[in-house]
Amino acid sequence: MIIARLAFQSLRNRWLTATLTVLAIAFSVMLLLGVEKIRNGARDSFANTISGTELIVGARSGSLQLLLYSVFRIGNATNNITWQSYSDIASHPDVAWIVPISLGDSHRGFRVLGTTKDYYEHYRFRGGNRIEVASGKLGEDLFDTVIGADVAAQLGYKVGDKIVIGHGLGSVSFLEHEDKPFRVAGILAKTGTPVDRTVHVSLEAIEAIHVDWQSGAPVPGQTVSADQVRAMDLKPKAITAALVGLKSKLAIFRVQREINEYPDEPLSAILPGAALQELWGLVAIAETALAAVSAMVVATALLGMLTMILTALNERRREMAILRAAGARPVTILGLLAAEAGMLTAAGVATGTVLLYAALFILRPILDREYGLNLSIAPPTTSEGLTLAVIVLAGFIAGLVPAMLAYRRSLADGMTVRI
Amino acid sequence: MSNATREPAEPDVVRISGLHFTWPGRHSFSLTIENFSVSRGERLMLIGPSGGGKSTFLSLLAGILTPQRGSIEILGTDITRLSGPARDRFRSEHFGIIFQMFNLLPYGSVIDNVLLPLHFSKSRRERVRRTGKPEVEARRLLEHLGLEPALISGTSAASLSVGQQQRVAAARALIGMPEVVIADEPTSALDRSRQTDFLKLLFANAEASGSTLIMVTHDESLSPHFSRVVRLDDIAQTMREAA
Repeated sequence: MIIARLAFQSLRNRWLTATLTVLAIAFSVMLLLGVEKIRNGARDSFANTISGTELIVGARSGSLQLLLYSVFRIGNATNNITWQSYSDIASHPDVAWIVPISLGDSHRGFRVLGTTKDYYEHYRFRGGNRIEVASGKLGEDLFDTVIGADVAAQLGYKVGDKIVIGHGLGSVSFLEHEDKPFRVAGILAKTGTPVDRTVHVSLEAIEAIHVDWQSGAPVPGQTVSADQVRAMDLKPKAITAALVGLKSKLAIFRVQREINEYPDEPLSAILPGAALQELWGLVAIAETALAAVSAMVVATALLGMLTMILTALNERRREMAILRAAGARPVTILGLLAAEAGMLTAAGVATGTVLLYAALFILRPILDREYGLNLSIAPPTTSEGLTLAVIVLAGFIAGLVPAMLAYRRSLADGMTVRI
Repeated sequence: MSNATREPAEPDVVRISGLHFTWPGRHSFSLTIENFSVSRGERLMLIGPSGGGKSTFLSLLAGILTPQRGSIEILGTDITRLSGPARDRFRSEHFGIIFQMFNLLPYGSVIDNVLLPLHFSKSRRERVRRTGKPEVEARRLLEHLGLEPALISGTSAASLSVGQQQRVAAARALIGMPEVVIADEPTSALDRSRQTDFLKLLFANAEASGSTLIMVTHDESLSPHFSRVVRLDDIAQTMREAA
């Protein structure tokens, strides 16, 4: 055991460089594991944004595009679907519920979503959580709006404030529906989904603010006041998309096919999960690149360790000669240096893992609150454990380089102690 | 003569014949010894100028270097015929080695430095165990070699003076009573009065453990302390090619 003790003491004698080396490896491991955690967290967050919805229906387009604009408020719809089509789907015998969505306007950078009360009833996220109202209520009046938590927090709105909706989707609207202001009736609780960044109004309200508009601009001299509009028939002529819940999951593909083959209008029905898979396929390249960069950082840290051991090797020739004189075989010297590299790497990996979990513990609530990124604090998975084992092995193998050098030197030096 | 079996009644500890060694890779230096032997219990002084092949000779003797030709019998075993690991084991079993300076692992404790050879040698470990705990034996040797007890425990080897370090090195060479102690100018870093003190203690302890002592030096003034004095030039031909 004296050899192990001496190896440890030798390292302790070089504690500053040893500590820095361990830290470099620790940070690289932290990065590698952290990227993996965030990747999984991001996937989970995406996957958790919508649940309980069997189909999303919109105008015919790619399924990814439909998913992105209807659920994630990214991009735009290619076309609308008529109220007639919507009603037909709603009356389909397999459909349990249907929630219409109307997009296209915005408020200071936040998307405005026109929908019905059913939205709050049926929209589910993170495995069945419902949308909760944090303050105020869902609103009864035509010009009532319910805003997401981020909208309220970033714009400083509270219940009762008046807001004006801009036409189109730019963060600065040149055309605003300023003649028909809305009142903030309720503020939703934080969900960690795009709901937080959405201004919700009723479908009728969307219709009302566009009643005197044509071709995307107000018609001059034909303004209809907010009070006049209340008396009008505000049944929507078209919506952007619809979330559909079915009575039985077994009917999913049948209903999907029927909608896709709807004769009166080109429609697309998609499964949110399948569309997400398509999304993963798309971002896999970026994820691979990120993982490659982290792997490079680990390799760099191991190279740093190699440099440290090689630098110390010259000063340690005396140590080697003493061990040889005492009867140590060259193999012992080889083992000593390889073990040192293995020990440093193992310490780095352990420190990195501990640091990562400490960071996760501290940052988790903040990430969840600010970015809706729900990172799980679970013990390392098998593949992560395997990765860590590979790193330790790589460190050990890297240590063989200086070890071989010391081995050959100790053969060549003989008993002469060179300084 | 070339028989490598060990004979119990062998009077010679070292017997070299027909030895030729050239540093591998660089043919600038070679050493040839036709015949040379050392008897049991001798205190041999080998004199040679600096760079005259003294260290090479000791490395050959200890089996760290192997000659291209000839045999080196130690205690009846021709170590040139042993495999590398077997030679390493042989060295740890039968040799105590003291260098000129920088003998100790600076970060290790004094006691650990002394106990180091026991890790590699079973027979020396067992010999020490017969008398008691290894730490106790290490302490006894250190005290016999004149190291103050206060310095033995708790201090790291690096904090000792050069003279104190040489005493620790001597204790390490002697622990477990190896048959041969070889020393490469162990006193050259000490001043004159301490050189004599050190040698006297080294001899007394080597005698107590029955070790044969072979020491190389370039300082002839120490010769009165030894039972035999040999000049390297008289037993060996060295050759140095002009670079």
